[in-house]
Amino acid sequence: MHPAFSVIFLTTLIGVGQGLLLALFSAQAYGMAKILPAQPDAFFATGSFIALLFLLGGLFAAVFHLGKPSYFITRAWRGMSQWRTSWLSRELIALPIMIGLTFIYMAVYYFGLDADLYGWGVEGQLPLTVGIATAVAAIGLFVCTGMIYAAVKFLQEWACALTPVNYFLLGTASGFTLATWYAAGAAPGLVQFFGTWAIVLTLAGLVTRAAALFRNGRIKRKSTMQTAIGVRHTKVQQKSMGMMGGAYNTREYFHGATVVMLKSVKWAFLVLTFAVPLLMLWAGLALGDGSLFLLAFVAQYVGLLFERWFFFAQANHPQNLYYQIVG
Amino acid sequence: MTQLALVIDLNVCVGCHACVTSCKQWNTSGQAGPMFDDRPYGENPTGTFFNRVQTYEVGEFPCTETIHFPKSCLHCEDAPCVPVCPTGASYKRKEDGIVLVDYDKCIGCKYCSWACPYGAREFDENQKVMKKCTLCVDRIYDQSIPEDRRKPACVISCPTSARLFGDVHDPDSEVSVAIRESGGYQLMPEWGTKPANHYLPRRKTKMHIHEDELKRADNPLKKEDIRHETSTDTTLDDWLM
Repeated sequence: MHPAFSVIFLTTLIGVGQGLLLALFSAQAYGMAKILPAQPDAFFATGSFIALLFLLGGLFAAVFHLGKPSYFITRAWRGMSQWRTSWLSRELIALPIMIGLTFIYMAVYYFGLDADLYGWGVEGQLPLTVGIATAVAAIGLFVCTGMIYAAVKFLQEWACALTPVNYFLLGTASGFTLATWYAAGAAPGLVQFFGTWAIVLTLAGLVTRAAALFRNGRIKRKSTMQTAIGVRHTKVQQKSMGMMGGAYNTREYFHGATVVMLKSVKWAFLVLTFAVPLLMLWAGLALGDGSLFLLAFVAQYVGLLFERWFFFAQANHPQNLYYQIVG
Repeated sequence: MTQLALVIDLNVCVGCHACVTSCKQWNTSGQAGPMFDDRPYGENPTGTFFNRVQTYEVGEFPCTETIHFPKSCLHCEDAPCVPVCPTGASYKRKEDGIVLVDYDKCIGCKYCSWACPYGAREFDENQKVMKKCTLCVDRIYDQSIPEDRRKPACVISCPTSARLFGDVHDPDSEVSVAIRESGGYQLMPEWGTKPANHYLPRRKTKMHIHEDELKRADNPLKKEDIRHETSTDTTLDDWLM
């Protein structure tokens, strides 16, 4: 498939936003349970504002995936109508819910709103309730994003349970890495917690992403040239695709990159998404140097851009069988 | 239930591309707006087409066979492109099974084209919506066209009648009989999309001549001629001459 930059930025940016929000929520819940030191409201308000910026950045990138950006105003609302059958429609519902709840989460902390909702007599019940709802929305959005790709059975590289798992783990890993850097400046008591989880999630992401790479390198194609045109012969060659100039069929489904390029991108994302952040996070935790966490996040985010590009480029669509040769 | 479809006879198709050009002509002039050609005389021409004729070579020289293979939307009975559409712009008509796109609802997200294993959908780079073969829905029901001409443009234009059009759910229709009696098959059956369009395979017409047909074995007396010998007697004819 041809990698679309709108989708690459959309999925990586909202992944960071969702992951950061989940990190904030875990600190909030553990803080209330007195497992971790409780943080002032400003920590959560600023943190969720950063998450909101990433989510809105993703939404902005998504606008450019539409045929025309103006469809965002005139037609995109229809995209919420087919949630019964379409994972894309479900994502178009989950994304605004996530953005809205993140905004409410931020507002609750910014204005210091609270209420004794459950009669526990402790502070922070309203923020906790909003936090739970936002965390559920974040996980739901990860599932929707991953399932958009996993549900297309024709793209055998994507049609696999590892796809949504990878979207979840890589998103949360980048979010927790960002949270570690944020905590290094704003809440030093949480650095160890966020940093350790960032390492765990990055390692888990490395395992599942490597498993996906391993699986995708050994796919047995369901469709062949024989089933494509229905002629039973071991040697079937295309002589003409019916046009010389190319069409949507040759632009959308082929990445057009060389094998060297593909391999370079694969190794680049493996190093930048996993190796460099793991090293930086470990060094940052060991040396207590907060700036290393920023380096870890930047490397991981750039790595995820490569990862997403490779995710698209590696997928091989069965329609390509009909477009083997110009003539 | 009616399921309109095309049956394409690969045994007859000569690869002339008449169906491609007539499809483009009819649909670019239709009520849905033009199908653009970008840079038609430029360096890198491209455009939107609903139908293409491809060519394949089967076998290895000298035992090869050329197959011309027209390819358009197959109007699958279990169309995978329809349920993935987030806006409901893509739909399959209940009354005749034609898969269509509502160009006024489409947001151009291209998700439906990912969900079609045949690559039947094309994104119009000028109108910024997804387009596809309509089975000439604006022609086959048009009362102002003579009844025998109410067929898709590609079917009308085919000089060798390689394209048949009809209801594949009616067991007695021309297309159903052709599928049943001439070995009609579907493309990529492994995906379970149940394409409504069928293809008829290449058929070789062979003469079987046995040796006993060349050397007569059923005439032991070698009596090939049943005519009687002519008489040497003088006849009335001789006398008259």
